[in-house]
Amino acid sequence: MTTNPTARDTVLGRIRAALALAPTPDSEVPRVYRTGRTLPDDERLALLTDRLADYKAQVHPCTGDRTAEVIAGILHERGARRIGVPDGLDEQWLAAYDGEVQLDSADIPAPSLDALDGVVTASAVSCAETGTIFLDGSPGQGRRALSLVPDLHVCVVDLSSVVAGVPEAVARLVPERPTTLISGPSATSDIELERVEGVHGPRTLAVVIRTDA
Amino acid sequence: MRIGLFATCLGDTLFPEAVKSTAVLLARLGHEVVFPPDQTCCGQMHVNTGYQREPVPLVRNFAEQFGDASIDAVVMPSGSCAGSVRHQHEIVAQRYGDAALRAGVATVKAKTYELSELLVDVLGVTEVGAYFPHRVTYHPTCHSLRMLRVGDKPLKLLRAVEGIDLVELPEADSCCGFGGTFAVKNAETSTAMLQDKMRNIADTKADVCSAGDSSCLMHIGGGLSRIKSGTRTLHLAQILGSTRTAPYAPMEAAR
Amino acid sequence: MSTFLGMPAAPPRSPYGTGNLRGDRKFPEAAHDELRNEQLRRNLSRATRTIRTKRLGVTGELPDWERLRDAGSAIKTDTMNRLPELLEQLERKVTERGGTVHWARDGVEANEIVTRLIRATGSRDVIKVKSMATQEIGLNEHLEAAGITPYETDLAELIVQLADDKPSHILVPAIHRNRDEIRQIFLDEIPGVDPDLDNVPAHLAAAARAYLREKFMTTKVAVSGANFGIAETGTLTVVESEGNGRMCLTLPDTLITVMGIEKVLPRFQDLEVFLQLLPRSSTGERMNPYTSMWTGVTPGDGPQDFHLVLLDNGRTAALADTIGREALNCIRCSACLNVCPVYERAGGHAYGSTYPGPIGAVLTPQLAGMHAAKDDPNSSLPYASSLCGACFDACPVKIDIPSMLVELRHQHTEQSGTTAEKLAMKAAAGVMSRPKLFAAAQKAASLGRAAGGRDGTISRLPASLSGWSDSRDTAAPPKQSFRSWLASAEGAATMRAAAGEGAGRTAEEPEEEQ
Repeated sequence: MTTNPTARDTVLGRIRAALALAPTPDSEVPRVYRTGRTLPDDERLALLTDRLADYKAQVHPCTGDRTAEVIAGILHERGARRIGVPDGLDEQWLAAYDGEVQLDSADIPAPSLDALDGVVTASAVSCAETGTIFLDGSPGQGRRALSLVPDLHVCVVDLSSVVAGVPEAVARLVPERPTTLISGPSATSDIELERVEGVHGPRTLAVVIRTDA
Repeated sequence: MRIGLFATCLGDTLFPEAVKSTAVLLARLGHEVVFPPDQTCCGQMHVNTGYQREPVPLVRNFAEQFGDASIDAVVMPSGSCAGSVRHQHEIVAQRYGDAALRAGVATVKAKTYELSELLVDVLGVTEVGAYFPHRVTYHPTCHSLRMLRVGDKPLKLLRAVEGIDLVELPEADSCCGFGGTFAVKNAETSTAMLQDKMRNIADTKADVCSAGDSSCLMHIGGGLSRIKSGTRTLHLAQILGSTRTAPYAPMEAAR
Repeated sequence: MSTFLGMPAAPPRSPYGTGNLRGDRKFPEAAHDELRNEQLRRNLSRATRTIRTKRLGVTGELPDWERLRDAGSAIKTDTMNRLPELLEQLERKVTERGGTVHWARDGVEANEIVTRLIRATGSRDVIKVKSMATQEIGLNEHLEAAGITPYETDLAELIVQLADDKPSHILVPAIHRNRDEIRQIFLDEIPGVDPDLDNVPAHLAAAARAYLREKFMTTKVAVSGANFGIAETGTLTVVESEGNGRMCLTLPDTLITVMGIEKVLPRFQDLEVFLQLLPRSSTGERMNPYTSMWTGVTPGDGPQDFHLVLLDNGRTAALADTIGREALNCIRCSACLNVCPVYERAGGHAYGSTYPGPIGAVLTPQLAGMHAAKDDPNSSLPYASSLCGACFDACPVKIDIPSMLVELRHQHTEQSGTTAEKLAMKAAAGVMSRPKLFAAAQKAASLGRAAGGRDGTISRLPASLSGWSDSRDTAAPPKQSFRSWLASAEGAATMRAAAGEGAGRTAEEPEEEQ
């Protein structure tokens, strides 16, 4: 829907006029940068771990059978007594956690998420080279507010969902889903261009990498 | 090889020693140096200050003076003038020239080189028989570095000089602040840049700061002279032209 | 060939007297004051050095960096060539997904649209994600005049807003402030701040977090810009670090995004290029902490009322220039600012525009014009460069800023009628295009040696060149030009001797080709 057809027609008319005044030949895009890269499991794990650590994220590699134990350990260590989880998260992952679990839903006002000590989510895909985790709102990942408002985000990454570089990761996305790229905890470089971790997003990002999942 | 020497208006008029050294060096290397007598100026200052109609006769004169097929290569001891010939003459010719000028500009552009390019790329020589027993630091100049992409060719030439004590210039790739009329129109910003360049030069404790462009050297040298620095400026050609039999001796006033 | 009834009219620039695309004085005058601010010089020098080093590190580690730059440049050129159809596609996709698209011919119209949309929600407050477009059109000033309070939520924008200051950098708007100054601003301006707040950046960031938390949780409307808008899918993207962007894009009921028309990209796949180019060029990180992508409205997740305002404001005027058009390819990474020796000394305020530094010097005059008034300050921007070329090398989409500066200087001289400078340039060209006259002038110059002192240098030049001679000596002309020397007996003898030596050398070293 367009609210102001006159402005629309004027702007599009100006663009066409500009292109007529200064025509340029069509441009072929040379996509000869690296795409479709694959790396063995151990290299992807090492690269992702290195990048996440560089961003001051906590990294916890483990086998799938230890998921619940590792998550409980992180939550316990951070003193998280009340956490939020999205619909569709594997219940087994919280089997060892003895705190209160709030199942998120769209009816819960987002500001009230501020009262949670942390959140546990799954993830859609991760990029090893840049240390980036992609959340796309699929089951187990939740709405965007859930992984944003609480101060601790425990994010589970299956090694099989970790790809080498950015093009490989973008290729796996579903554009229409609301997608958040997370590369470490919230940070700023606004004061003297020195990186400081922890501003508005979760100040602690703990990544559980399941090496056999 | 038959090499056309373009002295540049600045070199011809104010800094002839650098041009002399270029001519002598090329002759010493066994090449025939020709100096088309009606050459004047490449028009760089005009174009860089925003004037493209006015330098048309200069661009035409350059193409006429050096277009002759008997001239195998054109050399100039200036990265910025070589940059002007290679990148700006065709802009001027496209916009305000005729077909003949466009053709002439294309011909001469293809055989135009800055001194270190000619020596290393075309003549394939890095050891030119020079002798220069002084402490030297090298400022690579913006147009040589980023317009012509001469890379480390000047340093290769300097490293091969006998007796030289070559020291790296900190933040070498930073502009000295000259920029032609920039140094007049934005004199204070230019001065701030020059001060940092001079501080870096002072840190090297070099006797000589060299470069491949007399205009940048005029700027840096003017600043060093004002602060009574112990470092003097000298064109790359003058170092390469200095030999055991004809060692460098200061001819021009300290600058 | 059919009769062509004239060329289409050139699109208009951003209206004079609106927005933040023109300072109140020319660059040299503004720089004069900034250069005297020692604190500013130190802050800028330190900050730009830090970021330069980081950027070189992370761009150097990608073996295909140059290929990514080529792709980024080509995608942008392709975008500009197909801009009408891409914008129509973007509009269609956003609308299909429940968003509303608005078109704004200029900043005034965009401000009115945004104000109307905020009023419709009943909110008197709005939280803002850092956005160059809304800075450019002066949205905050307009909202305040309309009784709506905008809260900047980016840390640096917050610092600037609290200090009633102006941004001086595209990425780090408070780059001109150091930690001590920021501490003082927070102590003075943030209600209820801890009076013992020290100058540790982490503590300053924590103070901002506490202050803004309540705004995020309670404000019903947000305004953002956009880094990219994907025509193929209608997806909008905001690239950020702190999480304030995520807060604004996720928590409010209504989201209004103001995007320049040049920010559209053809395909979703194009993000694979720009998500590599932008963070590495911008903050010098492999990836920025957070990037948000959204497509219209998603039920149960984020704002349920989404508006996209597509802004012209002089962009089509830039598009009408074959050379100048390239400035529209800019992805606002600010790498050119960080490598620019002029920016590093004079700072961002000297440019007088939302867009400072090398890209600002070519973008601002094209968006807003440089001959809109007598002695238009924007006409000084193309000259605020030594043409050193560092910006071209740093640009992730390979914008040839130096060539564009030279082009804009030409446009300026063409517009300026007869000036003393033009007459001098004509006279100089007149002399230099007549070799005999040139030789005579050289002789006259060498007579000027008399102006030199005993050491052969001139320390004072006439008024028009006094800016030069304030800090530089000028060598007096030598007694003989090169051409006179070459024509002299001494010159001839020297060249003969050298040629003799050369003949010996070539005889010793038979040519390798044989």
